[in-house]
Amino acid sequence: MSVENIQPPIAVAQPDTPPSPSLEFWQDFRKNAGAVAGLVVIAVLILLALSADIVAPHSPVLTNNAAFLKPPFWQQSGSLAYPLGTDAIGRDILSRLIHGARLSLLIGIAVVALSVIAGTILGLIAGFFRGVTEIAIMRLMDITLTLPSLLLAIVIVAILGPGLMNAMLAVAIVLLPHYVRIARAAVISEVSKDYVIAAKVAGAGRFRLMFKEVLPNCAAPLIVQATLGISTAILDAAALGFLGLGAQPPLPEWGTMLADAREFVLRAWWVVTLPGLAILITVLAFNLLGDGLRDALDPKLKR
Amino acid sequence: MLRFVFTRLSLVVPTFIGITLLVFVLIRLIPGDPIETMAGERGIDPARLAQLRKDYGFDQPVLVQYGFYLSRLAHGDLGRSIVTHEPVIAEFQSLFPATVELSICAILFALCVGLPAGIIAAIRRNSIFDHGVMGISLTGYSMPIFWWGLLLILLFSVQLGWTPVSGRIAVQYYIEPVTGFLLIDTLLDGDVGAFRSALSHLILPTIVLGTVPLAVIARMTRSAMLEVLGEDYIRTARAKGLPPFRVIAIHALRNALIPVVTVIGLQVGVLFTGAILTETIFSWPGVGKWLIEGINRRDYPVLQGGTLLIGAIVMSVNLLVDLAYGLINPRIRYTR
Repeated sequence: MSVENIQPPIAVAQPDTPPSPSLEFWQDFRKNAGAVAGLVVIAVLILLALSADIVAPHSPVLTNNAAFLKPPFWQQSGSLAYPLGTDAIGRDILSRLIHGARLSLLIGIAVVALSVIAGTILGLIAGFFRGVTEIAIMRLMDITLTLPSLLLAIVIVAILGPGLMNAMLAVAIVLLPHYVRIARAAVISEVSKDYVIAAKVAGAGRFRLMFKEVLPNCAAPLIVQATLGISTAILDAAALGFLGLGAQPPLPEWGTMLADAREFVLRAWWVVTLPGLAILITVLAFNLLGDGLRDALDPKLKR
Repeated sequence: MLRFVFTRLSLVVPTFIGITLLVFVLIRLIPGDPIETMAGERGIDPARLAQLRKDYGFDQPVLVQYGFYLSRLAHGDLGRSIVTHEPVIAEFQSLFPATVELSICAILFALCVGLPAGIIAAIRRNSIFDHGVMGISLTGYSMPIFWWGLLLILLFSVQLGWTPVSGRIAVQYYIEPVTGFLLIDTLLDGDVGAFRSALSHLILPTIVLGTVPLAVIARMTRSAMLEVLGEDYIRTARAKGLPPFRVIAIHALRNALIPVVTVIGLQVGVLFTGAILTETIFSWPGVGKWLIEGINRRDYPVLQGGTLLIGAIVMSVNLLVDLAYGLINPRIRYTR
């Protein structure tokens, strides 16, 4: 759903002393209230994930036979011992959500890291070597993009077997084409620029050209796509968990928690509502941050 | 134009062959011997096993097997389900209309809400309405729809009792499939009660499946509109005194719709992804639920055939969208 804008760069009158790039970036970014909100939420989530063992009031897997499906504290039979209630086998929902943040962030970051690294290398290769190599790589990516993302992920998980690691690998493969395309497009537009030719004339090898000259100048679109990719990765991994193909119980992954809670939709709204809300907030935060980064890093897309 | 059509078509053929190869290889990677899987727990005597392997061509080199697979495919044979022993293609055909009916309703819902919302947001840029629409659509875009479905069931089916929880029509109605679309078939039958039942079963799944496309369409319409509204010819149209409605609806909207049409075409893949989840939540008897059941029962012919058919359908729709796009916008034919 990314829109490619092919506008010629507009000449802007330079102020007397241009601010440093990172300062300029921060000033642009700070104006976007949504992006700052997203960043704050993500910071809180990271803190919660890091300190989950200290913050969480209970163990995420410990069951309590005396407290099945206890409602949150503000409802009648609820108590502050279990602030957000308990699930069907007496586990504390708040603790499971906090530990789930750890899993979800881990999933998002690991999946995107894998996908960005592999995608960038493939994209650089396609952009630099052209010819048959490029056609082979790009065709393969087109085929991957043709299949609906979740369907492809499901097929891959069906082959590898259900589980968190396999689900992460499947989502990474599904996300791969986006990074390959961006990296290749950026390389092709950069390669003919003067600084690359200068480096070539100065005797830089192909490897140096690829990674030290061109790559840093393709970073902005990759960073934006990576941030948005984290939200896709978290959503897709949760969907796989919900379908029983991702993280397996008793892991407190939010999608898996929802799958467990489905049958209690009639009796206990909190076991269904809260894990989904956690997914929504996290994904929304990364999308807000990604939009803000795009506006601040890519002046061409500014309106 | 003809050249453009041929270039596009020539790209489709290798992609389709690629999909068949991908599906073939992926299913091959599943550990275990398919014949032994079919035989199940009872086991099988070695001579019979060898005979079956020969019958199914499993004793041939992989490349030859792929050739067999392609030739069966060309004859419309996608194998049989291990569980029901029905041909995969027949099962797909009987379930596909349910998915299409739901998807069409979802995309219509997304258009009816998303287009006006995007247009008004663009006209009243930076107003409260604009910020509201953008905020809601980003939320919709971030929505885990499997949870959204449960939430709507919780509110409308459980708390308010307005809509049924699952299925496609109440059990007391039996409608002979003519088109496969229940909304049409019930009307052809003249059964108003059945039509109302089918409609009430459709509402929640439509909203759930339409949410992500709705968000995408609203955002896309807004940004396309903003771009077009800044053009000189719009200022000209305004300057010569045309009523504002005419400027927006006739001059601006026509050009703004071009990128929106492409985005709608690209939603087909998104709709299938959503259909898998939506059908699972609402027990909607379509191909998405069928595929998930296929996986849970390790019914690999279903998984293989279904994936291939869905890939082919998405590819065809994308091709049609591309061709339509070339037809509406002549510039695109020469720039690729």
